[in-house]
Amino acid sequence: MNIHKLADYLNTLSDESDTGMVFDCQPIAGEVDVLQITVLGREELPIFVSVTDDQIICITYLWGEEEVKSSKMNDMHVSMLEMNIPMPLSSFSKIGDKYVIFGALAISSTFNDIEHELAVLSNNALEIIDDMSDYLV
Amino acid sequence: MSIFKKIMTAIRGGATEVGESIVDSNATRIFEQEIRDAENHLTKAKRDLTGVMAQQMAASRDVDRIKREVTEHEGYAVQALEKGDEALALAVAEKISTLENELSTQQQALDSFQGNAERLKELVKKSERQVAEYKRQLSMVKTTESVQKATSAITDNFSSSNSKLLNAKDSLERIKAKQQKFDDRMKAAEALESENSDSSLEAKLKEAGIGASDNNANSVLERLKAKQK
Repeated sequence: MNIHKLADYLNTLSDESDTGMVFDCQPIAGEVDVLQITVLGREELPIFVSVTDDQIICITYLWGEEEVKSSKMNDMHVSMLEMNIPMPLSSFSKIGDKYVIFGALAISSTFNDIEHELAVLSNNALEIIDDMSDYLV
Repeated sequence: MSIFKKIMTAIRGGATEVGESIVDSNATRIFEQEIRDAENHLTKAKRDLTGVMAQQMAASRDVDRIKREVTEHEGYAVQALEKGDEALALAVAEKISTLENELSTQQQALDSFQGNAERLKELVKKSERQVAEYKRQLSMVKTTESVQKATSAITDNFSSSNSKLLNAKDSLERIKAKQQKFDDRMKAAEALESENSDSSLEAKLKEAGIGASDNNANSVLERLKAKQK
């Protein structure tokens, strides 16, 4: 599995997708290949996919530290921890000063598995911003 | 220090800056070499184990054979004694004594092979667990590194395309608005479609002479005629 094969698959999928989402893929060059995937109608929340030796990692940036109401920081952390297990397939993390939601798949996953993961991740991201909006400025 | 702590310390220590690697790549390479070495040792240990187990089986067969021969010769000795042939019985007894010496040697060898096999099996299991653990740790280091590199690629891409991450709530509002627009359009299309189907039904009814008919010239004329009367 590499990001170029995945991009080919998702781009040819167009309206045929099981998830009803239309994906647009844009490779980003760098020391590690990253695929930027946008879901039609949800361009504001792109998903970034990178492939390591044993995992496929899909990440969506949620919000920055500066967007969190300072008095609510602790409550938000607790809520996020509590939601981490009920939330299907995705987990929370923090990269630098950004909170993210991510899913990790085995390198042996099928295209179909990844497509499903992307759809769930996108839905989770939207829902969690909605649910956590009380903590955000 | 556990690998978790090392990664945490590195992240907290500000190794997240663009281009800075969490664990220097030389250390990762050394670690990978160590894993390969451990795997080689493991392969060798497994080969050794096969050899020892084969020796163990051979020794066990020998021990069984000698035991059978001892029993057999004991029978012969008793028979010779019953026939009063003391000299023959003594010769058989000497043979039994030789066999018993041999048995004791073989039994010792068997015990030692068994001990070796068990030790090697334990060693193989331990090495396998160790290699799996090394691999897990390496995977963590590599994933951390890869995520950092990916992050720096994403950040570079953002700054070069002059776009930036929107505020999360704004993003959500925009997405919701787009969804609402899409839903409205779908509803409008549905309404339009149902209107169309209504009017086509009306047309069919009219054709069949059912329902309200148009005020045509004939009906107007009829009305006027009726007024005249």
